[in-house]
Amino acid sequence: MAHFTKATSVHDWLNQRLGIDTVRRVMATEYWIPKNINFLWAMGMVLAITFALLLVSGIFLLMYYQPNIATAFDSVNYTIMNEVEFGWLWRHIHGVAASVVFLIIYIHMFTGIYYGSYKKGREMIWISGMLLFVTFSAEAFSGYMLPWGQMSYWAGMVITNLFAGGSLHADGLVEWIRGDYVPAQAFLTRFFMLHVLLLPLAILGLIGLHFGALRIPHVNNQDGEEIDFEVEAAKYKAGDKAGSKVIAFVNDFLSKDMMVVAIYLIFFFYLVFYHFNFAMDPVNFDPADGLKTPAHIYPEWYFLWSYEILRPFSTDVGLIAFAFAQVIFVLLPFLDRSPNAVPASRRGLFQVWFWLMLVDMIVLTAMGKLPPEGVFSTIGLYAALTFIALWIALPIITMFEKKA
Amino acid sequence: MKELLILVVVTIFTLATYYLVEPFAHSQMHKHVESEHFAYNDLPKLTATGDATRGAELVMGGAGCTGCHSIDVAGMPAPMDAVTAAASYGVNPPDLSNAGAVYDAKFLAELIKNPAHALLVEHKFDMDKGQMHPMVAFYGTGGDLDQEVADMVAYLQSIAVKPEELTPAIAYETVCGRCHANHYAKWTQIGTTPTFKYEKESLAFQIQVLEYQDSLVKYMGTLPPDLSIYIRSRGEHYIETFMENPQNYLKGTAMPRVGVNKHAAEQVIEYLKDSGDAKRHEREEVGKYVMIFMVIFAIFAILWKKQVWRDLH
Amino acid sequence: MKNSSRRGFMGKAFGAVAGVGAVAALYAMKKTWDPLPSVKAAGFTTLDMSAYKENELVTEKWRGKPIFVLKYTPEMMSQLTEKQKGRTISVGGSDYMVTLGLCTHLGCIPSYNADEKGFLCACHGGTYDFTGDVTKLPPPRGLDIPPFKIEGNTLVLGEVGPEYSQMKETGITL
Repeated sequence: MAHFTKATSVHDWLNQRLGIDTVRRVMATEYWIPKNINFLWAMGMVLAITFALLLVSGIFLLMYYQPNIATAFDSVNYTIMNEVEFGWLWRHIHGVAASVVFLIIYIHMFTGIYYGSYKKGREMIWISGMLLFVTFSAEAFSGYMLPWGQMSYWAGMVITNLFAGGSLHADGLVEWIRGDYVPAQAFLTRFFMLHVLLLPLAILGLIGLHFGALRIPHVNNQDGEEIDFEVEAAKYKAGDKAGSKVIAFVNDFLSKDMMVVAIYLIFFFYLVFYHFNFAMDPVNFDPADGLKTPAHIYPEWYFLWSYEILRPFSTDVGLIAFAFAQVIFVLLPFLDRSPNAVPASRRGLFQVWFWLMLVDMIVLTAMGKLPPEGVFSTIGLYAALTFIALWIALPIITMFEKKA
Repeated sequence: MKELLILVVVTIFTLATYYLVEPFAHSQMHKHVESEHFAYNDLPKLTATGDATRGAELVMGGAGCTGCHSIDVAGMPAPMDAVTAAASYGVNPPDLSNAGAVYDAKFLAELIKNPAHALLVEHKFDMDKGQMHPMVAFYGTGGDLDQEVADMVAYLQSIAVKPEELTPAIAYETVCGRCHANHYAKWTQIGTTPTFKYEKESLAFQIQVLEYQDSLVKYMGTLPPDLSIYIRSRGEHYIETFMENPQNYLKGTAMPRVGVNKHAAEQVIEYLKDSGDAKRHEREEVGKYVMIFMVIFAIFAILWKKQVWRDLH
Repeated sequence: MKNSSRRGFMGKAFGAVAGVGAVAALYAMKKTWDPLPSVKAAGFTTLDMSAYKENELVTEKWRGKPIFVLKYTPEMMSQLTEKQKGRTISVGGSDYMVTLGLCTHLGCIPSYNADEKGFLCACHGGTYDFTGDVTKLPPPRGLDIPPFKIEGNTLVLGEVGPEYSQMKETGITL
C-alpha cells in the first residue's frame, strides 16, 4: 500500500491520491509540440471545441425533444424554437455546428494528407481519426432523422435502402435496421437512442484513442523534420525557449490554439445568428409525409461526394463504388508506398495527386447536390471514375517516388 | 506570410464548395420567379369613380352579396355557420368587413364581374362545361356595370380598417385562413382554437374542423397545407410570388390567386414570421451582443498568444 | 497558484473574458430550464363565480389538483362564525368556499353532504364544516385555500390577491 502523509494543502491532498502534478506534466506542461507549425495544427482543438458546443447544445435540446413521430416535429419547431427560452439558440448552434464540424474534419484530414502525418508511427492517429469520421457521419445522419421532417424521412428511407445491397435484395436487413417496413416510430426511437447515447459514447472513446495515439509519435511539423524531442525538451527546460524546436502544450501551444479557436468562433457565431439556412435545409421544415416525395432528395453537403460516387452507376456497381469510397481513406497509410513523411510540395507526383483529389472531391460534392441530368450527370460520372482511378494510381506513383 | 497564404487557399476551397452546393445548386433546382409587386397588370384599371353610398345599397340589396357573405362591421350576420357554408360552397365565403383593405381594388372589381378569371382558376371552372364557380358573377342591376362595380368596391373600402390598422392577424384570417390552418398560431379554418374546460367540448370543436376540412378537400382536391412554418420551409420570396400568382409555381393548382394588395401581403408574411420564426427579433438582438463579445474574446486571445510566444521566437 | 502566475497577465485577462462568456452562456442555460409560457399560462385557472349554484359542490381543476367551489345559501351566510368568515371568499355579493379538494390528513378527496352541510373524508373519518374548517380529527387543519385573486365576478387561481395574503397572514391557510 502506498504511503500517505498528512496533506499540507488541498493540492497536496489531491496530488497524493491522483498524482495531478504528474498528469499535468505529462499531458500539459511537458507535452512537447514542434514549434514549426501553422494554424492548421489548431484544427484538433477547433474540433474539440465544436464537439463541446454540440454536446452542450444537445443536452438542452434533449430536455424538450420528444422522440415520437406524432410530436417530434412540433417539439423541435414549436416548443424548442418558439417556446423554450433560448431554445432557438441551442438548435441553431447544434445544426450549424453539425455542419461546420465536417468542414473542419475535412480540413483536418487534408492537412494530414498534405503533410504526410499518417505514416512513420502515426498510422494509428490516422486510423482512429478515420473511425471518428465514420462515427461522426453516423451521428450526423441519426441526428438528421430526429426533427422528423421531409428530408429526415426521405433521407432515412434512401440511406437505409442502401443496406439492401442492390441485387442481393437483403430486404430483411433493411427492415431489421428500420424495425418496420418503412421509417416509422421504431425507426425514430432507435435512431434517437443511437444519436444521444451509443454513438456519442463511441465518439468519446474514439477521441480518447485519437489523443492517445498522438502522445507517443508526437505531432508532425510543417517540414516533416524528424525532431529529437528529448534533446529539444531539455533545451526548452534549461531556459532556451527561443532556440528549442519544441514548445509546451500548455501554455505555448494552447495559447495559439485558443487564438485560432477565437477567430473561428467569430465565423461560427456569424453563421449561427445570420447565415444558418445552409445547415438547416428548408425542405426539412415540412413535416414528414410518407406519401409525398420531395422534388429533390439530397443528403447534407458533407455526404455528397460519396453519394455522388454511388449515383452515376447501375445499382450494384454504384453500391460497390460507394463501399469503396467509404473505406478507402482508412487504408491511406498502406496505399501510400513512399517512406517520405514530408509535405506534398516536396513529393513530386504525389503533389499532383493531392490537388487532383481535393478538386475531384469538391466536384463530386457539387454534382451530388445538383439534379442528376444532362451535363451534371456526365461530370459526376467522370469525377467518380477519377476518384477511383486516383486511388488505384496512388500505390504506383508513390512506389516510384524518390527519397525526399 | 506562409500562414496567410494557407488561409487564403483554405478559404478559396471552402467558398468554392459553398457556392457550388448552396447558391448555384439551388439556382439550378428551383425556378426563380420575379415579383410583380402586386401590380396585377393583367387586370383592367378601374375607370369609374365609385360612390360608397350607392355601393352599400348594391352590396346589401341588388347584387345579393349578403346572401352568402357576412359583413360584421355593418351588422350583417353570416347566413350559415362556417361548417354548413363549406358543405354548400366548398369553402366558407369570407366576411366582407375588411375585404376593401386586404384586396387590390382592380382585383375586387374583376372578382365581382368574373370570379374564376380574377382568381385564375378558369382551368377548374369552365362555364362551357357547366362548371360554375360557387361565387356567382355580377351582371349589373340595370345601370352602367362598371359604375356599379366601382360603387361596390368603394363601399367595401369605406367600411374596412385603415391600412395602419390592418394587423397581421386580420390579413391572414381574411386572405388565407379559411383554407390554411396555422396550428402554431392556434388557427384553424373555422377560427382560433378556444381554450376548452372539458375534453368533450374540445373534441366537438375538432369534429367541426374535420367536417369543414372534408368539404375543403372535396372542393380543392387536397387539404391546403398548414402554414405554421412555411416561412422557414419556403422563405419570404417564394411566399410573396406564390401569393401573387400560384400558377407561377404550380401550373393548374386549385389554389386561387388571392389578389392581396402589397401592404396586406406584407402583413400576411409578418403573421407567418410570427408563427414560424417567433424569436427572430431576439435572435438578431442576441446575435449582435455575441458578435461583439466574440471579437473582444478574439482580441484577448491574440494578446495572450503574443505574450506567451514572445519568449519562443 | 504558481501555474496561473506563469500564465502571465494576458493569460489571466483572456481567462476572465472567457469567463464572462461562460457566465452569459450559463444565463441562457438557466433560462432554458424555466417553465414554458404555455405551462405557466396553464398554471392560472379563471373561475366565473356567477355560474355556481347554491349549496352545490363543484370540483374544478387547478395545476392538476381538485379545487372545491361551494356557493353558500343566505342561510349558511347568516350562521357564519368569525372564524368561518375568515375562510370565506366574497365575490360579487355572494360568499363562497374555495379550497383544495384534498384532505389535509393524508390527501384523500373528501365528499360533500349537501343536507348535513359538511365534508367527510372516507379514508380516516375526518370531517369539515361547509367552510372547509376541520370539525373532527385526524386532519390537522382545515382544507387549504389556493392562492386567488378576485377580479370582478371572477376568481383567478394561481395569482395572489390582497384577500389571500390576509388569509395567509392570519394563519387560516398555509
